[in-house]
Amino acid sequence: MSDQPHEISRSSQAARVAAVLGALIIIILVAAPWWAGRADMRLMGELFLYLALASLWNLMAGYAGLVSVGQQAYVGFGGYMLFALTIFGGLHPVFAIAGAGVLGALIAIPVATLIFRLRGAYFAIGTWVIAEVFRLSFAQLSALGGGSGSSLPVGIVRSLASSRSGRESLSYWMALGAAVTAITVVYLMLRSRRGLALTAIRDNELAAGSLGIDIWRTKFVVYVVASGLTAMLGALIFLQKLRISPDAAFSVNDWTAFVIFIVVIGGIGTIEGPIIGTLIFFALRETLADLGTTYLIVLGVVAIVVMLKAPKGVWGFIVERYDIQLLPLRYRVNVKEHAKR
Amino acid sequence: MDWVNAVVQGTLLGGLYALFAAGLSLIFGVMRLVNIAHGDLIVLGAYLGLTVVMATGLHPLLALVFVVPTMAAIGYVLQRGILNKTLGDDILPPLLVTFGLSVILQNLFLEGYTADPQKMNAGALETASVSVGGLSLGVLPLLTFGIAIFVIASLQFIFYRTPLGRSFRAVSDNQEIAQLMGLNKRHIFGLAMALALAVTAIAGILLGIRTSFDPTAGGARLIYGFEAVIIGGLGNLWGTLVGGVILGVAQTVGAKIDPGWQLLAGHIAFLVVLAIRPNGLFPRVSG
Repeated sequence: MSDQPHEISRSSQAARVAAVLGALIIIILVAAPWWAGRADMRLMGELFLYLALASLWNLMAGYAGLVSVGQQAYVGFGGYMLFALTIFGGLHPVFAIAGAGVLGALIAIPVATLIFRLRGAYFAIGTWVIAEVFRLSFAQLSALGGGSGSSLPVGIVRSLASSRSGRESLSYWMALGAAVTAITVVYLMLRSRRGLALTAIRDNELAAGSLGIDIWRTKFVVYVVASGLTAMLGALIFLQKLRISPDAAFSVNDWTAFVIFIVVIGGIGTIEGPIIGTLIFFALRETLADLGTTYLIVLGVVAIVVMLKAPKGVWGFIVERYDIQLLPLRYRVNVKEHAKR
Repeated sequence: MDWVNAVVQGTLLGGLYALFAAGLSLIFGVMRLVNIAHGDLIVLGAYLGLTVVMATGLHPLLALVFVVPTMAAIGYVLQRGILNKTLGDDILPPLLVTFGLSVILQNLFLEGYTADPQKMNAGALETASVSVGGLSLGVLPLLTFGIAIFVIASLQFIFYRTPLGRSFRAVSDNQEIAQLMGLNKRHIFGLAMALALAVTAIAGILLGIRTSFDPTAGGARLIYGFEAVIIGGLGNLWGTLVGGVILGVAQTVGAKIDPGWQLLAGHIAFLVVLAIRPNGLFPRVSG
């Protein structure tokens, strides 16, 4: 067996096809302002932002074992930083978004050192406490409207682009860019040395630790990177909404519950899962949203059933069935067919 | 005197928080399950109480006679029907399933009871007070605190003095060996959840008499209960009472400084304890 000609590679036919198709889809999406209507662009922009949020949450929960129910802390923080940096700092919104990301990562450092003391499920609730502390603190800031919130001044909105369609195209492209960036960061991170460590931790934390992986440090880096990027997304989200209030900015339903559903239904611990999950989530929302509370109950039931019956989600099911990876992370051995004979 | 008053009122409030926490602490102790829907189950207790009061005209405290067994039954069925399937080495399934449960419960409340805040009317009990050494203490907060002590003492007794408690401790220590000794862990877990939700029912009714509640009130209650558990130390029931009191006092003293600081002060007290003593003040088991 051992002298059979074989090759070891990450890539596969499916992955190469997916790469070409992905590039084509991105080109078509970039051109959306020339072929899509205003409402469709808004919807797609929102979809991209959820895709980015879901990819980052999946990196934390699916790979680093950091199940957070408090990422709304960074969405809200980023949103508020956009308002603070543009209104008081006089920054251009695009720079303010980058600044929100940096500040989000910086504040994630002390937060991580504190809540990493909590294990497993308690960590999850600890993140929620942090989000509450952020919400209550921003509600105290009267300069940003206190509990009732504030709106982005017209001048700042205009500085983005002078025409309305220009602004809409720009925020659409930024949302698309955010989704592509988030997936790329996750993909590259997982293919790096650190990604190998992460996968090892996911599979067996004890074994990973005994092989010399610094578990705390690895998780810490993931948490800070994911939180910084989530803060950038928050800034983008509230640049589209133009209005911020503590309850909207730190909503556990909007920024965490939906994101968790997306990842669980699509397939946790896979890069492709959040993409599928986002598409399913938006398809459900566009068809069932009129049902109001019933829609959310259905969503909850679907998530529970998926978790119990198919814990790897839709994508996990597909992988098990057809053994394909579109964004390859694993190496595989391909034995050359002709040598077998 | 105002400050003494704030501390005393906060202590009594802590009794309610300890009741929020006791069920959480119990199920964590027995099966290492952290129930994200715990707060919503507290609110479920309050809504069930409201329904009984409206249907029968009973006093809310008497409604406990119906609500406690109902909640216990719900707990047993929930555990055996759904939650037992999630238990294992992986923490994700229980966390995400109870999270889904939380969303379902909140929306069922919305469907059944609308988004309007509701409150149970306990008549004269709500405003009655006794005067102790210049302080005016509400009878309801005193009663709540007394019930909290009684509930925690009972749980302590069940845990360490009864055959049921012995099986709780056995499955908690080692599930496989407990099974070999003839215990059915699925049944034991069901009983633990039933007991936890019985306590939750009491907490829910007292919550519903003390303040108004709405479908989304659960999240904050989960967080208070969780903070009380962590401050007191995992697995220590009396510690949980102390944790609840610390949280309550932090909130009332915070509110005294500035009304906007009430909730924030409680969370900050929790974070300070976490920074100084990560295992809580009186830890008994390691997380």
